[in-house]
Amino acid sequence: MKKAMLVLEEVTVQAGQFVLPPFSLEIAEGECVALMGPSGCGKTTLLETACGLRRGPAGGRIILGGDEVTNLPPGARGIGLVPQDVALFPSLKVREQLEFGPRLHGWNSVEIMQRVEGLARDLGLENLLERSPGKLSGGEARRVALGRALALRPRLLCLDEALTGLDEARHEEVLGVIRKMIEVEGVTALHVTHSKKEAEAIADRVVMME
Amino acid sequence: MVKEGGNQAKIWRVRPEWPFLLFLVFVVAAYLGVLLLLVGANVLTVSWRQAGEVLKDPNIQHSIKLTFVTCTATAILSVLVSVPVGYLLSRYRFRGRALIDTLLDIPILLPPLIVGLSLLILFNRISPSASCWILAGGALAAAGWGFGRGENGIVPRFFTGGAIVFGFIAWAFSGSDHSLEEVVSEVGLPMTFHPLGVVLAQFPVAAAFAVRTMRTTFDQISPRYEDVAMTLGCNRGQAFMRVVLPLAGKGIVAAGTMAWARALGEFGPILIFAGATRGRTEVLATSVFLEINIGNLPGAAALSLLMIMLAVSTLLVVRFLAGRGGTV
Repeated sequence: MKKAMLVLEEVTVQAGQFVLPPFSLEIAEGECVALMGPSGCGKTTLLETACGLRRGPAGGRIILGGDEVTNLPPGARGIGLVPQDVALFPSLKVREQLEFGPRLHGWNSVEIMQRVEGLARDLGLENLLERSPGKLSGGEARRVALGRALALRPRLLCLDEALTGLDEARHEEVLGVIRKMIEVEGVTALHVTHSKKEAEAIADRVVMME
Repeated sequence: MVKEGGNQAKIWRVRPEWPFLLFLVFVVAAYLGVLLLLVGANVLTVSWRQAGEVLKDPNIQHSIKLTFVTCTATAILSVLVSVPVGYLLSRYRFRGRALIDTLLDIPILLPPLIVGLSLLILFNRISPSASCWILAGGALAAAGWGFGRGENGIVPRFFTGGAIVFGFIAWAFSGSDHSLEEVVSEVGLPMTFHPLGVVLAQFPVAAAFAVRTMRTTFDQISPRYEDVAMTLGCNRGQAFMRVVLPLAGKGIVAAGTMAWARALGEFGPILIFAGATRGRTEVLATSVFLEINIGNLPGAAALSLLMIMLAVSTLLVVRFLAGRGGTV
């Protein structure tokens, strides 16, 4: 059996009036899990907690690749995030979006160039590298956000309703790209979605939140 | 199949909308008419010859120069303060936030004379020791509030440190009977009735407006950008510098312009704290006042027109930035 990449142990979160009851989840290395549940059940809150974007959980432990990361800052966890609204940095071109993480981590320019070119090839972004985010279609923006999240070769890829708002054709296209990238990169993935069809298409396992 | 006849009306009757439209146009036209009359009154009072004479007066030239220098200094100071304050208020939820928000509005709501009077008293009647005791007390209250809520993080500790530092300075100065003005004068930064005092008198209100502008700017920038930047390895400071600040550029220019325009119109605090000494602490607003005092109404009108033009052009800059999709 593969070793666990992400373990949530009885994680509880309090965000204002909202309280997420203790929740446990284990994702094996290389596995893709879709997290489903009705609106307002705390899927995104849980994902943000796993990423470290909310102040430490009210209870429980988060273990990533065998290291406890419960109280580590987001940048120290080795997680890539594709948020629902994509959030490409408006002032940066596509190439700079992909270079953002590696530059911050002090990769040398050859490594950065190779990584960006590799990602651009796999994601079909070769002709878009000098474009600004404002000039990208919804599907292209999703692919750039995916590339930005994967650039640092994270241990876990978190996708938060990453396909919401796309028309059916683009939806299928981006879904295919995500599936391919998870396979190519061999990354463990946690995909939050409310679409059963999407969850079944992308995930090895579907987990329901009440 | 739709049944014909019966109670179904084919076209519903709606009252005409022109009375409402006329009402709107009337109110807007009346208001703009008043503004036009105010500007027109100045235009009719002044002649080109008189305007030229006033502008050639060395005292007025000094006043114009000092106005530009002090307004610019105030605008820069306001931006430096408003960016961090606006960001804190926009991004962090903490107890006491509403209180800080209210305190920041005080300079806007206070009668301007009170700002000047408070500065005058602070610099000339209160000793540095007493000032530091006040700050130490404030820091101690903030720290106590934090600890009282069971917090032991960096913020209550910071306030405790602040209280200790201010307490120590207060104690060190306790033997001195100098005023704050005497202390700052000794280090070469005299304030009361000096040009530097003009900047200090303009600053509180100008900065309050800049803070409002910056807060709105940051509110309009999605915190998601920072979230993503932080998952990529930024700490909050790096996320702010690399992602948020480049997006806030237009807002920063707008905040600076707003502060500049506010500083231009400041009069009461300057008169009380910096005085209206010709060729020394006189700025355009005080020039208008001095010209009226010596009975030179056309001169005062010429200066008023100059100020109106400056105010309108700064507002146009803000509108232009907002119109171009800037986060203003």
